[in-house]
Amino acid sequence: MNEAVIEGIDIVKKLGSGAGQVVALRGVSLTLMGGELTLLMGPSGSGKTTLLSVLGCMLTPTSGVVRIRGRKVNGAGPGTLARLRRDHVGFVFQSYHLFPTLSALDNVRLALDVRGERGSAAIGRCRHVLDVVGLSDKRNSFPRELSGGEQQRVAIARAIVANPSAILADEPTGALDSANGQAVMSILADIARDPARGVLVVTHDTRIVPYANRVILIEDGRIIGEEPGGAGRREIRTLYPRAAALQLTNESGGPEGRRSGTSRRNV
Amino acid sequence: MSLIAKLASRNLFQDRLRFIATIIGIVFSIVLVTIQLGLFLSFERMVSTMIDHAPADLWVTSLGTKCFEDPSLIDKKVETKALSVPGVANAVPMVVGFAEWSLPKGGVTPVFVIGSGTDGLRPWNIIDGRPDDRDKSYSVTVDRTYFSRLGISGVGDGTNIRDLRVDVAAVTNGIRSFTTTPFVFTNLERAQTYIGTSSNKISYLLVHLEPGANIATVRKDLAAKLDKVDIMTPTEFRNRSRDFWLFGTGAGAALFGGALLGAIVGTVIIAQTLYSSTKDHLTEFATLRAIGSSSFYIHKVIICQALLSAVIGFSLAALIDYAVVSFTAESALPVVMTPPLTAGLFLLTVLMCIASALTAIVQVTRIDPARVFKI
Repeated sequence: MNEAVIEGIDIVKKLGSGAGQVVALRGVSLTLMGGELTLLMGPSGSGKTTLLSVLGCMLTPTSGVVRIRGRKVNGAGPGTLARLRRDHVGFVFQSYHLFPTLSALDNVRLALDVRGERGSAAIGRCRHVLDVVGLSDKRNSFPRELSGGEQQRVAIARAIVANPSAILADEPTGALDSANGQAVMSILADIARDPARGVLVVTHDTRIVPYANRVILIEDGRIIGEEPGGAGRREIRTLYPRAAALQLTNESGGPEGRRSGTSRRNV
Repeated sequence: MSLIAKLASRNLFQDRLRFIATIIGIVFSIVLVTIQLGLFLSFERMVSTMIDHAPADLWVTSLGTKCFEDPSLIDKKVETKALSVPGVANAVPMVVGFAEWSLPKGGVTPVFVIGSGTDGLRPWNIIDGRPDDRDKSYSVTVDRTYFSRLGISGVGDGTNIRDLRVDVAAVTNGIRSFTTTPFVFTNLERAQTYIGTSSNKISYLLVHLEPGANIATVRKDLAAKLDKVDIMTPTEFRNRSRDFWLFGTGAGAALFGGALLGAIVGTVIIAQTLYSSTKDHLTEFATLRAIGSSSFYIHKVIICQALLSAVIGFSLAALIDYAVVSFTAESALPVVMTPPLTAGLFLLTVLMCIASALTAIVQVTRIDPARVFKI
């Protein structure tokens, strides 16, 4: 049986102070299971990225509990949170955040270097993950020499090279065309086949719904529903009243429904 | 190359204009500090050069003598009294003082006359003639640096001091005075005449000890026997002389002040450029934090940038310093570079750069890793 990788229980997050204070999360609970690809969907300002930041140990919740691999992380300082991210979480960002002055290989090496893993073994692992994401011939290319899709694949390689328990991706297909988006999601879905790893993807993009085991909808800092992955445009619209505002488009290239049946309802 | 060094160097070289500004800041700062400290060293050496070249185990001076150039006199009787002290092998009287050198074309110029016996302070670095040429009854030795100042062209030229004949018997190279007043070496008696002092007055007594004599005991016995004098080791006299000229006159403070200002200006320039560079790479540093790097890892990147700047800046500054040292070698106050000064300047450059990195480090310490989601 797959285990919970990250658990967020009744999370409240307030941002700012005084009159400008905003309650970004209002008692959200979400569990990311190993071997599962979960989509977190919602409109801008709904709290998706805040929830991702809290679950990824970048922000501490105002209240509620976050557990990584069963370990409660509340109250941890910045140093401990950094260590937890280093040991358990890999991030993929919409705008890739690659280091422009480093080659693809060196960008991936950074994730191991910050853990103190250096030398030929580390380089071998980096080469391997670049092979996994299909960039074995682009190892020495700099980000400016890569397409958006290739850059995102380098970012995914960087996220997985240290073998984290959870991959948290923020709009990973947001800056990509349909083909590249499908390619990136295909890689993430493959990663999520590993029962020791869970993948959580924040997205607006309904084209990638078919890759998910489940889809969680969030609005105004609250989770408003959950649906098994593979659901199409109609089902998402039903659950999510503001779907039209999301400019949902149901591209037909994905392996629709292939990953249904493994979701866990804990919303 | 480690990934930290690679990242640091690429960050540094990415914006070439800013990199050049950083290096120019370091170079000018270090050159300025080098010149100030080099002049300080040169000044310090010149101030004590006579003491350094005088063969003496102990100096007997008038009470409260501030420096070698002090015109205070003591009675020549101290010579016989000193010789009667057990452990004293020899006591050589010496006189120094200002006099007026008549220029061949008219007018006078001040000179500093140094007179001593053959066991005392004699000119060194002789490049022409013989200082003790007995055929020339009024023989003196001067340095070639001052030929034009003295209106002479070399050995054999003559003039007057206090209407007394002067013949240049020997020429030295590199015995220069920081006051720019030329030194004139001669024997004790002639010096007393040129200076216009009584033959029973001297400026210093250079005491030579017998082999195996205890310097502290001899010093104590001399102090008991001689009235109203200071008895100092060469080191003590050197320090007193140096302290008077460097700190008593404010000259040293001015040189140190210049060096300090150079270091501060350099630090501010480097800090500004490093801060600016770090600000431009904040997203990258936030990404590092997001992927779990420790603060220390990021600090190492910034410090590595600072150290690279230091090494490149110092190397270029060292080339300019070398040119300055060569260019001023023959001047009245040459800029001096020594291996310890070079090492010290490199250390200073590194410290400046690391201090400069602190502002950038403070900036990234406050960085929010979650900013990577906002961009």
